[in-house]
Amino acid sequence: MSEPPKIRVESFSAAFDGREVLRAISLEVQPRERLAIIGPAGGGKTTFLRSLNRLNDLDGGFSHTGRILFNGMDIYSRQTDPAELRRRVGMVYAVPVPLPWSIYDNLAYGPRLTGIRSRSRLDEIVETSLRQAILWDEVKDRLDELATNLSGGQQQRLCLARILALDVEVLMLDEPCSGLDPISTAKIEDALAELKQRYSIILVTNNTKQAARASDRTAFFLMGELIEVGPTVDLFTNPVHERTGDYITGHFG
Amino acid sequence: MSQPQLDIAAVEEGPGRPAMSEASPPSQGPGPQRRLKPSTWWSRRSDRVISLMLLAGAMTAIAALAVITAFIFKEGLPLMLEKGLSDFLFSSDWYPQEGKFGIFAMIVGSLAVTLGAMIIGVVFSLSCAIVLTQFCPPRVVSILKPSIELLAGIPSVVYGFMGVVILVPLIRTHLGGPGLSVLAASIVLGVMVLPTVTSISVDALQAVPRSYREGSIALGATSWQTTWRVVLKAARSGIVAAVILGMGRAIGETMAVIMVAGNPLDVPTSPLDPVRTLTSNIAMEMGYASGDHRRALFATGVTLFVIIMILNVIALTVSRRRAVRSKAR
Repeated sequence: MSEPPKIRVESFSAAFDGREVLRAISLEVQPRERLAIIGPAGGGKTTFLRSLNRLNDLDGGFSHTGRILFNGMDIYSRQTDPAELRRRVGMVYAVPVPLPWSIYDNLAYGPRLTGIRSRSRLDEIVETSLRQAILWDEVKDRLDELATNLSGGQQQRLCLARILALDVEVLMLDEPCSGLDPISTAKIEDALAELKQRYSIILVTNNTKQAARASDRTAFFLMGELIEVGPTVDLFTNPVHERTGDYITGHFG
Repeated sequence: MSQPQLDIAAVEEGPGRPAMSEASPPSQGPGPQRRLKPSTWWSRRSDRVISLMLLAGAMTAIAALAVITAFIFKEGLPLMLEKGLSDFLFSSDWYPQEGKFGIFAMIVGSLAVTLGAMIIGVVFSLSCAIVLTQFCPPRVVSILKPSIELLAGIPSVVYGFMGVVILVPLIRTHLGGPGLSVLAASIVLGVMVLPTVTSISVDALQAVPRSYREGSIALGATSWQTTWRVVLKAARSGIVAAVILGMGRAIGETMAVIMVAGNPLDVPTSPLDPVRTLTSNIAMEMGYASGDHRRALFATGVTLFVIIMILNVIALTVSRRRAVRSKAR
């Protein structure tokens, strides 16, 4: 790939109240690739994602060393506006959190924050992002209903659509399917396969099968360290590290 | 009646729950057929008896409300009807010796003072609540919130005293007028409702799930945009409840208002004019009133009662209609 990486993480370490959670992570995310992050709980996967859009800043006691570059710009420098960063690096949580408004208002929230007022422009954004998240056909006739009344899988796709309505370049999904049934999971994965053509996708998942299905490269996090990263096929068929192999085959522990 | 505790203990510890009792050897597992203990009067009736007792307690509170309502209406309503409802409500001639009872000035006074108090109180309380819940570390909140709530413990006479000694002269010298005024009463009441409105608003704001806040920030909103568009919106019904309670306190407050409002019988035309409120009127004259005068004071109470009811209903329907609309939109 001749294009510069979308995100470049340079020996990034993070700690909460002095307790180290990530240790010297170095990683690149290319444009239009799906990177899966796997690893046992407590390995720092979520903290890593939340570092990429500076969501950890909200928690007291967070400190870090090293750099994270987004499009070549240091996101932790003073020149970076965190709100602007978060519009470009969107995040979907493990538990969907639709705001307690209508479906339409949930989607229009981000664009409205940037000052878009025109109803027709908003309508267009809402429809496009819902289509991208494969939710449009299910909700097009009830955009005025409360988003919290949707099913779990629909809520999760709504949250995906909500960040697509922003000016997003990188999609981060933190175990987006952990609470979903197989059909909803398949819908999300279909959406991701489609979205890959335009965005970089980082998918944290506890489900190694999902990582194998829905990613181009996979990174294995263990106890705050990046053990191994490589093309998904290689990592799953021929892991370099013994511990990676143990985790994938379920012999971990 | 048998002893209920023993029965319950026997059921819970009994060998019927095999997982718990390795220590009790007899009749483990399916074993011989054990007969159920016969029901007792108490086991059949206890739920019903207890719920009836609680119901009686609840009814006492409601009965007190009903008795008070009935009493003031019985004492006050006949006079209102005798003198003519519109004369009573919309005339400001209050001359008890001549049998003239018009409380218009006091209705205006009560409403003006309450409105002023709510403007001042709500602005400060909401700022307080927002800072405490959105921009303060929890440790600071745990110190500040109790201190604000302490304000509620100060007797209203003390507020009135502070008003007379400090506030009234300030207003007199800097803004003109007698100093004893709608403004003075509003400020004193505004401070008095602060603890109530702040503490209930804080509870309402804290009840908004943290995930809403994070979700909004992750969508590129700033802290303030999140507070304004998401958190306040979600906490709205709680905040309205806080304002209603504050309003009830403001319109019903008597002592502090008597001390700083001047209590004339004229309709106020500016915030610097003195006023008499409905509550002040009752408190000041009840001591020596008799006959029609006394009944007129009860009628004043009836008016106050109805105004508070109306304000509550308005506030509740406004908040409810907003909620429904946002659901439908």
